[in-house]
Amino acid sequence: MSSNYRAMLTDGLWNNNPGLVQLLGLCPMMAVTTNVMNGLGLGLATLLSLTITNLIIALSRDFIREEIRIPVFVLIIASTVTAIQLLIQAYFHELYLVLGIFIPLIVTNCIVIGRAEAFASKNPPQYAWFDGLMMGTGFMLVLMTLGGIRELLAKGTLFADAHLMFGESARGLTISFGSDYQGLLLAALPPGAFIGLGFLVAGKNYIDQKRAERNTARLQSAKLSEST
Amino acid sequence: MSLNKLSLQDLSKPALLLTAFALTGTSLLAGIHALTAPRITANEHLALLQQINTLVAPERYDNDPIADSVSLPAAALGSSQPVVVYRARKQQQPVAALFITTAPNGYSGDIRMVVGVNADQTLAGVRILAHKETPGLGDKIEAERGSWIFSFTHKSLTSPSEEKWAVKKDGGEFDQFTGATITPRAVVGAVKRVLQWQQQHANRLYEMPAQETR
Repeated sequence: MSSNYRAMLTDGLWNNNPGLVQLLGLCPMMAVTTNVMNGLGLGLATLLSLTITNLIIALSRDFIREEIRIPVFVLIIASTVTAIQLLIQAYFHELYLVLGIFIPLIVTNCIVIGRAEAFASKNPPQYAWFDGLMMGTGFMLVLMTLGGIRELLAKGTLFADAHLMFGESARGLTISFGSDYQGLLLAALPPGAFIGLGFLVAGKNYIDQKRAERNTARLQSAKLSEST
Repeated sequence: MSLNKLSLQDLSKPALLLTAFALTGTSLLAGIHALTAPRITANEHLALLQQINTLVAPERYDNDPIADSVSLPAAALGSSQPVVVYRARKQQQPVAALFITTAPNGYSGDIRMVVGVNADQTLAGVRILAHKETPGLGDKIEAERGSWIFSFTHKSLTSPSEEKWAVKKDGGEFDQFTGATITPRAVVGAVKRVLQWQQQHANRLYEMPAQETR
């Protein structure tokens, strides 16, 4: 039981990360990752939607017939995202002013329907919501990393506009590296997002490769010591 | 299963199921909408009032500017959408008018802003409400991201003179941003058009009957 959860955790955060491995949700990713806070905002909104839709789909997976599953998933996702948007707008209006523009973007995110099809429709609810949570967290971390790289290169700051999300007391969170920094415009524009994501994917693959090499080396040395 | 073997039942079952899901989703949303709509309207009203209060201090007026509003045709102010004007008064006397105008010529389309004009034709201030300008460049027009927008406060068509109402690149008085001229040019132009309209119509604006604008 617990090994299942552990596998889902490493899948979502690393091995099958939606942003770095599945490369899903590129459209909202390119659009909003101009700074860390935007990444966090979209990440949180996606995480919430993904967890809820995964749970609903896993709960109703016995009623959903094979031939109509895609339209049903779309219905469930669109209804859930709209419901979340309305509820945030009504009860957390300050938050809505910050996240509002990101929420409709979630419907365009292939991760949500991707997890519905690949995982939630085939697994029991207690796994499905956790998968949504982990995939969402993995996606959020990539968004924040990419946002951080772009913000640092384009503006020379980190965590700018933190007060928009956490209130005035969070203004101090913003780190500025030299006020005379001219900024690399490319990083703020969409091509910068693609290039940045390319480096992130390459970095992840490099780490994986190094790990695999180390493992084979260890296996070989183990074999050698066995044979002598 | 070949096509001619499909019975009516095979076809109708998924159709019914799909209808059931659509109905459930729609009714759930309709319910949530009905539940949240009054709160959302109240929130928006409050947010708008707060926006108004940043330009016209609440002690300067005693009416409800949101109820006391008129709608002007877009073309008169070079806006891309009809311009809603909220009027602030104290003891029936005009205090300020807040124009919600839309500059059509931003770098990436419309820039929605509120332009506050005092009854003496000076600017109470300008704030950006919505835009799609380049992050890191054009978005310095937002009050949260730069001090540029505050440079309008207290200005009027006589200070600076009317021909100086342009960005520096066009021979005017207002700063542009490094790498972004089109965005500030669009904002300066829209503010200027509001001031010109206000100068032409003077206080007739305050005599127009209030309309339902929402």
